[in-house]
Amino acid sequence: MINKDVVIIGGGAAGLAAAVACRDKGIEDILIIERESALGGILKQCIHDGFGLIKFQHSYTGPEYAQKYVDQVEKQEIAYLLDSMVIDITSQKVLTVVNKSGLKKYKAKSIILAMGCRERTRGAIGIPGTRPTGIYTAGVAQNLINIHNYMIGKEVVILGSGDIGLIMARRLMLEGATIKMVLELLPYGSGLPRNFNQCLSDFDIPLYLNHTVVDIKGNKRVEAITMAEVDHNGKVILSTCQEVPCDTLLLSVGLIPENELSKMAGIQLDSLTGGALVDEYGQSTVKGIFACGNVLQVHDIVDNVSLEAEHIACGVEKYLSSFLKPKNDIAIEIGEGLRYVLPQRIQYLDDTVFSFRVKKPGKKKQIVFKNDNRIIKEKSFIRVNPAEMIRIKLTSSELSDIKHLKVELN
Amino acid sequence: MNKNTENQFDAIIVGAGVVGCSIARELSRFKVRIAVLEKESDVGWGSSCRNSGVIHAGFNNQPGTLMAKYCEEGNQLFHSIAQELDVLFKKTGKLVVAKNNSEIAGLKKLKKQGERNGVKNLDIIDEQEIRKLEPNVRGVAALLSPETAITSPYLYTIALAENALKNGVHFYLNTEVENIEKKSSGEFVLKTQNKQFITDYLINSTGVYCDKIARMAGIDRYRIYPCRGEYYVLDKNASSLMNHLIYPVPHIEEGGLGIHLTPTVDGNVLIGPSNEYIDTNKRNNYAVTMEVLSKLCKEAQKFLPAISPKYFIRNYAGIRSKQTPPSQGGYRDYVIEESEEVPNMINLIGIESPGLTAAYPIAKEVVAMIDKKEKLSTNPDFNPYRKGILRFEEQDEETKRKLVEQDPDYGEVICRCEQVTKREILQAIDNPLGARSLISIKYRSRAMMGRCQGGYCQTRIMELLKEKYNYKWDDFLLRGSESYMLTGNRSNGEPAL
Repeated sequence: MINKDVVIIGGGAAGLAAAVACRDKGIEDILIIERESALGGILKQCIHDGFGLIKFQHSYTGPEYAQKYVDQVEKQEIAYLLDSMVIDITSQKVLTVVNKSGLKKYKAKSIILAMGCRERTRGAIGIPGTRPTGIYTAGVAQNLINIHNYMIGKEVVILGSGDIGLIMARRLMLEGATIKMVLELLPYGSGLPRNFNQCLSDFDIPLYLNHTVVDIKGNKRVEAITMAEVDHNGKVILSTCQEVPCDTLLLSVGLIPENELSKMAGIQLDSLTGGALVDEYGQSTVKGIFACGNVLQVHDIVDNVSLEAEHIACGVEKYLSSFLKPKNDIAIEIGEGLRYVLPQRIQYLDDTVFSFRVKKPGKKKQIVFKNDNRIIKEKSFIRVNPAEMIRIKLTSSELSDIKHLKVELN
Repeated sequence: MNKNTENQFDAIIVGAGVVGCSIARELSRFKVRIAVLEKESDVGWGSSCRNSGVIHAGFNNQPGTLMAKYCEEGNQLFHSIAQELDVLFKKTGKLVVAKNNSEIAGLKKLKKQGERNGVKNLDIIDEQEIRKLEPNVRGVAALLSPETAITSPYLYTIALAENALKNGVHFYLNTEVENIEKKSSGEFVLKTQNKQFITDYLINSTGVYCDKIARMAGIDRYRIYPCRGEYYVLDKNASSLMNHLIYPVPHIEEGGLGIHLTPTVDGNVLIGPSNEYIDTNKRNNYAVTMEVLSKLCKEAQKFLPAISPKYFIRNYAGIRSKQTPPSQGGYRDYVIEESEEVPNMINLIGIESPGLTAAYPIAKEVVAMIDKKEKLSTNPDFNPYRKGILRFEEQDEETKRKLVEQDPDYGEVICRCEQVTKREILQAIDNPLGARSLISIKYRSRAMMGRCQGGYCQTRIMELLKEKYNYKWDDFLLRGSESYMLTGNRSNGEPAL
């Protein structure tokens, strides 16, 4: 058994930022465990720009953004394992790790979960039809094109308007493919507004809202899909079915926090976020186990992942020095118009950043924090969009004498 | 028997499903030169990989039928075959659940029928006992069948084929029979796209295509009505919801056993199959449909309200080779016969459920038919044992530790959901039958079968294929010839070697 102060599972955006922030706080004994053969996580394949505008006031590509943190990890000599998989984790914070050199056990004082998320698949959403080749999730397509230099299709239909789907529409277009259309089940787009402009509008790629795929044809390779309109309940209007010849169907239909290890550790999950139920320091229901990044909540931009990870590091440092003493235990109530709120509970009443997403787009909205009927904070927005994560900080003085906390959108 | 030139055989089996591979394996106990011709790129890609994976006890079939006889025999045989071939087999037991009092009579009928068929240990249990065995299942009474078991239907088929191969059977994949000629000498000449085969005995085990192959040989009295069944595959997280196979009381006229819940040997749960006759000219129409998918979930919830779409990870369809037309429904008994007009051709017709269970007794019957005519001599080198790929995930920690020490490839987990290591994937790639489609690797290793459906490991497996076998873009096939996964190298990039 090898003892460690902090073990970080995952060397992607969240894990790297958490590691660097922990070291900055003076924590010496850190180990990052990464299953791939290089640090950087999914950023490695995100070769488009737009990363770092908040954090560095500069637009980097994904690999550039990751490298800034990798350089810090190297410079500060933070230990990491590559090609290493955590295959077991207990609530006592014992981790079983396997790699080529063997199977080892680690006992951590604290663990940071930073495993990221996975893509929702065809099987999960049950798209009918045959099962030919040529159906890819956007992330797999991105990996094949950007990392492996392969082309995955010529005539492409994209289902779902998540950001990776939009990015891949442009990417495939630039590589010579035809993007026939992007179909979105909802009455509004799922990705960031800037991606609709830069990836679809600028390339004249049509977007069909309230549309979905109801059939896939082809036995070897995809030959066509059938698109159809859906009504306001999301029910398919059969009379609108229309066959679209294509050889590829790309899916960008959502991301799911990858919490299989969290479950093994006995951590309680929030069904709204798919991630751990945490306090204001990202500490889960198992003391000493923290979570940040996409394993906690699916983020819109990587800068917010870094910020979240840095904040979690404060909690880890306090936990290790036994300064993390609950003053209270207040479950946050989610009011009208919000899909979820993080953290789900607050216990220390220190400065706290709340993050959430709205249920649907809107204009001239306020986010209101209430202690019973007393408004303790209010923030106005010209427009709100489910694609964008909202982060609002409440100071310890604002939280000082609350008994109850409700957040709502008005 | 004495055929020895390259394309000449004593016996040719057309169709490498579970029945064809069982026959090949059983016949390889004797000194017979055997070939198996399969139109797909791997064995077991028809109904054999598209069913519930159930080793039935034998109470569903009418007493006196071949279905009843072979099913009961197959159930009793399975344990020893599974051991010889290193195939997963779990005797989970089955509950046929009556949703209301009016269905209890159906349970009693099934029990009686099962007992006449020789099925052991059948018992009717009440609501309280159901709750004890299956706290999440709703029903007023149930037939408990402890003998019902599950296996992996595709791994079983692969195991049979690999053992047959080891015992000298020749497998020809991607080899579709296009024409059959019976020469005056009595020999059959089989024409395929690239090759001609000559054989003394011809065994037609082509499942849903059996009437077509029979017709090629001049026998026109068989008719198959393909009947599709659609399934959902549930996440392993759903496996805690149930312990037994959970079936409704069957309505015989439907020609299926009703939409049921089946645990798989790997820990998933299946919902299905539906029952839809399809166009006889489109027998490879394995599509799933919007209407049926939504029905599957609702039907399953009647027994197990905790089932929800959040568990869905995949869906698929299989096709039954039914002899009864849609207007009639129900079942017609298996036909296993050497036809009078074409001697030495053995036709296996209408091998639908419980075909997986019945496959081995059917094989024994076919071999007995040949033996009766030829007085076959025993193959002294026959080896009944075959080893499968050792699964890292299923080992205890000490074994895992030792495995990685012995072979560092066990230390590299390629598929995270199913915890499949590089060593296992390389074994799957290097399979004895030489099937290298991604689906072949998937069936053998379980990689890409988990909740992310290959989102993480698919590109890594492709990388292994490229590293080890120098794959070019057009070598990557999902499901056999022409199912190209890629459309080229990226135009501006470093050329992908």
